[in-house]
Amino acid sequence: MTGSQPVLTMTGISRSFPGVRALDTVDLRLFAGEVHALMGENGAGKSTLIKVLTGVYGVDSGTVTLDGAQVSFTGPMQATSAGVSTVYQEVNLCTNLSVAENIFIGREPRRLGAVRWGEMRRRARALLARLDLDIDVNAQLGSFSLAVQQLVAIARAIDIEARVLVLDEPTSSLDAGEVAQLFRVMRQLRDEGIAILFVTHFLDQVYAVADRITVLRNGRLVGEYATRELPQLSLVEKMIGKELRVLERLDGQPRAEVAATAGVPLLDARELGRRSAVAPFSLTIHEGEVVGLAGLLGSGRTEVARLLFGADRADHGELRVRGTPTALRSPVTAIDRGVGFCSENRRAEGIVPELSVRENMILALQAARGWLRPIPRRRQDELVERYVQALSIRPADPDVPVANLSGGNQQKVLLARWLITEPRLLILDEPTRGIDIGAKTEIQRLVAQLSDGGMAVLFISAELEEVLRLSHKIAVLRDREMVAQLTNDSSVDADRIMRVIAAGATFEGVPS
Amino acid sequence: MNSDRSGARALTGHRLFWPVVVLVVLLAANTIYRPGFLSVQLRDGHLYGSVVDIVRLSAPLILVALGMTLVIATGGIDLSVGSICAISGAIACLYISRQPDQNSLGGVLTALALALGVALVLGAWNGVLVAVIGIQPIIATLILMVAGRGLAQLVTEGQILTINSEPYKAIGVGHLLTLPLAIVIALAVALLIAAVTRRTALGLIVESVGGNARASRLAGIRSARITFLVYVISAACAAVAGFMMTANVSSADGNAAGLWVELDAILAVVIGGTSLAGGRFSLGGTILGALLIQTLTTTVYAMNISPQTSLLFKAVVVIAVCLVQAPGFRARFVRRRAPAVAAVTAGEQPKEQVPA
Amino acid sequence: MTTLSLTAARTWSRLPRRHVPVLATGVLLLVLYGVGVSQYRAFSNVQVIFNVFIDNGFLLVVAVGMTFVILTGGIDLSVGSVVAMTAMVSAFLLGRGAPAALVLLVALLIGPTLGFLMGCVIHFFDIQPFIVTLAGMFFARGMCTFISDSSIPITDGFWTRMSQERIGDPSGNFVSISVLIAFVVVAVAAYVLAYTRLGRNVYAIGGNAQSALLMGLPVGRTRIAVYTISGFCAAIGGILLSFYTLSGAPLIAVGMELDVIAAVVIGGTVLTGGSGYVFGTVLGVLVLGVIQTLITFDGSLNSWWTRIVIGGLLFAFILLQRLIGIRYK
Repeated sequence: MTGSQPVLTMTGISRSFPGVRALDTVDLRLFAGEVHALMGENGAGKSTLIKVLTGVYGVDSGTVTLDGAQVSFTGPMQATSAGVSTVYQEVNLCTNLSVAENIFIGREPRRLGAVRWGEMRRRARALLARLDLDIDVNAQLGSFSLAVQQLVAIARAIDIEARVLVLDEPTSSLDAGEVAQLFRVMRQLRDEGIAILFVTHFLDQVYAVADRITVLRNGRLVGEYATRELPQLSLVEKMIGKELRVLERLDGQPRAEVAATAGVPLLDARELGRRSAVAPFSLTIHEGEVVGLAGLLGSGRTEVARLLFGADRADHGELRVRGTPTALRSPVTAIDRGVGFCSENRRAEGIVPELSVRENMILALQAARGWLRPIPRRRQDELVERYVQALSIRPADPDVPVANLSGGNQQKVLLARWLITEPRLLILDEPTRGIDIGAKTEIQRLVAQLSDGGMAVLFISAELEEVLRLSHKIAVLRDREMVAQLTNDSSVDADRIMRVIAAGATFEGVPS
Repeated sequence: MNSDRSGARALTGHRLFWPVVVLVVLLAANTIYRPGFLSVQLRDGHLYGSVVDIVRLSAPLILVALGMTLVIATGGIDLSVGSICAISGAIACLYISRQPDQNSLGGVLTALALALGVALVLGAWNGVLVAVIGIQPIIATLILMVAGRGLAQLVTEGQILTINSEPYKAIGVGHLLTLPLAIVIALAVALLIAAVTRRTALGLIVESVGGNARASRLAGIRSARITFLVYVISAACAAVAGFMMTANVSSADGNAAGLWVELDAILAVVIGGTSLAGGRFSLGGTILGALLIQTLTTTVYAMNISPQTSLLFKAVVVIAVCLVQAPGFRARFVRRRAPAVAAVTAGEQPKEQVPA
Repeated sequence: MTTLSLTAARTWSRLPRRHVPVLATGVLLLVLYGVGVSQYRAFSNVQVIFNVFIDNGFLLVVAVGMTFVILTGGIDLSVGSVVAMTAMVSAFLLGRGAPAALVLLVALLIGPTLGFLMGCVIHFFDIQPFIVTLAGMFFARGMCTFISDSSIPITDGFWTRMSQERIGDPSGNFVSISVLIAFVVVAVAAYVLAYTRLGRNVYAIGGNAQSALLMGLPVGRTRIAVYTISGFCAAIGGILLSFYTLSGAPLIAVGMELDVIAAVVIGGTVLTGGSGYVFGTVLGVLVLGVIQTLITFDGSLNSWWTRIVIGGLLFAFILLQRLIGIRYK
């Protein structure tokens, strides 16, 4: 790591979108020959910052300098040719082309307009050798694992005399061996003097490879730290924002009384797991119990929820519903057993935007009844009326397209969709993300009411405070593994959960 | 004043506004060219007139387009309807031609049932390819589009199969209660489909699958069954249209019957405001679209322009309607003023930056 | 060590999967030919093969253009009508006494112009290729009848010479000039696809248009180019057809787009784009031609069996593509 001039500086970057201030005077420095981790939770502004850096977004204020000269990229191509290359999580290459071609397409070596395949292959081999990757450059990219594809993407990025390499969550779908190889390449490139900006959600990886860390929270800069001077716990605190949470928690009511956990559990997952999604875990949920899932973004929270709903199929372990072993092949089975699921991805997996509020609300119940047994209009009106009132959905007109509603109200419509089916277990994945504070408290209150009424709830949230306030039991996930389950009594607070997230099961002892 | 303007905008912004305008203009042009155009007479207890003719001639297209509407609403497409028209028409005619008494009602009904049965099997074939094997609809139905013409010719043995059956002929040119029977049939099928989709939850579920397939799956909809079903319905509609086409001329031509009807049907659906991407569908809009296409053809005939040249006008209409409905075109040319564009980008960006 | 374990993942198959469909087509062609030779003595005559080329030269040229479009994941329904329109325009202009060179120039310009316009609409307004080229199909077919309701014969000297010229070997086997033109088109197209940036961009867009855009490739330009190329090939096809029939007829080549698409798919090009070769398309056209010849040789089978067999083959090849796991978007 050179201590002198940074190769790239971003100073006082601000960027707003309608209704959101995504970045608020954020600074970032990258030095030649360092791996720099960019950390932050959902909505912290990481993606926006990268998009500003690579010229996808312009800035409202602030400057970017590269090698001391102020730059303002108008697009990824311009950034790339200036030496700032980006490799995204979803490898943006063409799997139908050969490895060599993926590295060089758009700037193939040519003679008289004809692509020189031999030359291209030779150069591709040389470049990959630099990354310690010995593969057939003639083979189709799609025939290789995602890890190799990622490395090929990096090869493409560094071939253009890259000074700065941005790796946006490159490891999220790699296994341990693949990650190790990626890290070896990263270290080598670092030693060659390239500045690497590394975005990831895995704490271990940050400590394994990063020299320095910049933490963002809610679009603001929390700080820049040397990795070895920042303990994991402090990092988690800085990402989640501990000081703030402690204050907030005072007005909340921790759920002291524990629901009756005797008898056969409603849902009993035994060593349930799915390769490259989440390691096998065991979890029981009883009637009337609120189970919170805590963990950082990408820790496997959503994957657990999807397995319990049958949205993804488990390839390991067993699930029992009221003691009966049940194979969840599709959501239909889960719904039939009284499970409901609100996805965190409201737009892509929740609402049907063109349909009206009413239609979106009755969709799940209608699906369960089958199309031959339509819900009578009067019954529809009753149900919709009741939930529009109960959840105070605005506008209260059930016939407007749901796309016209605000995020919070769309979320309430989705809640209503499941409440209408009268589920015994409701899985809520980030139900309060991206909605205003009023709607947020209403949803929290609703969850408590439902649980008092005997419904079990699996509550997933990035905000510990919310999880603590609502849950009887909290399962903590870390790097795709369920590392602890804590009964939410007085001994449990945000501090303790953060310690578990930071240190894993070793800190808490054996998971229950 | 202000509300007037917004009312006017709501009107022009309605998805069927432009199709209706074009239809009215066409009718007006015809009336100017031939003042008696709009008049309808009652002769021998039957309604006659150019307008009645237009509706009668558009009946097969309406039928095919109604089935196509459901397929397109699920986000699919059915290219094989023309072939299915030809096959079902050919089978019905073949069966009748083999009857000792071609005028026997029982024989005709058996022929219809037989041909309809075959069409249902062909629809099921399409449905299996799309819903079970998971082949792209446009590719899956292309197979039957190509092979189906051959099958139809196989049935007729390459001949134009002429029959002389009054009951069968009635499907195309007969009358019922002063109205041409074809119109009555098209109306009945339209009402049946409307009832099946809107009186049950089929319409809602089709729109849900086409509008957001992932969300529909998570809401517990078994979309494979629904997808399968719409291809079967589409084939059934095509079969009835095939009867009508062959009955019109009392003969079955495996090569020519229903030629290009799939393209006209898709066009009618698109003009009717159903998006090719799937989602909300409008049966009324589709019928309007089919009427518009037939009016266009009839107008061209009436103006003594060569019938094939009507394709030129059709091309213009296709492009115009698609452009007016295309978001890309709207953003560029219609309402150059900022708000519309800003609203689009505003909708997109917060979504992008959520996973920050 | 890690490197080893990573590379081991793909040694399971020496045969690249993208070559399987083309090989299957090649095998199919050999089988069909073998069946023909074993059943009919005259089938082994070299002229039979040459005749397949003579009868399908124009189809081959149009199919080559369609290969470009399908490789990007698009489709061009207008080709049959453009072929007819080109033949019509040529016949009409020649009938009016225009010089052959000028007629050729005009006829060869119409197709690419229409293709260019359709490409622009597809790209700039983001309307499905299916609908846009459907409109193009209506337009071109309408133009045909607009020019004339009936067939126009061609008596021009250049055209008749091109039509009757036989290029043969001493033993009397021959091909027409059209076949040579078709071969030139095939060779040029194969070169463009394999050795030029345009060609490689076509594959990239068909593989993943989003990625291609992020890799900085000129997606819009390429997309417009392929429809222009397809239009140009259809125009050449139209000229060849007019050589072949020595006339322009308003209803000729109706439904030809289906044969062309079928030939391309049977030739191993994946309809969703990104995988396929011009060579495969040649094989696909030959398969169609040989099937036709077989059915002609067999007096008992009728012409409609061609369509049924083509449909069956289409199904088999689509299923094959699906089974060997070529990605369907």
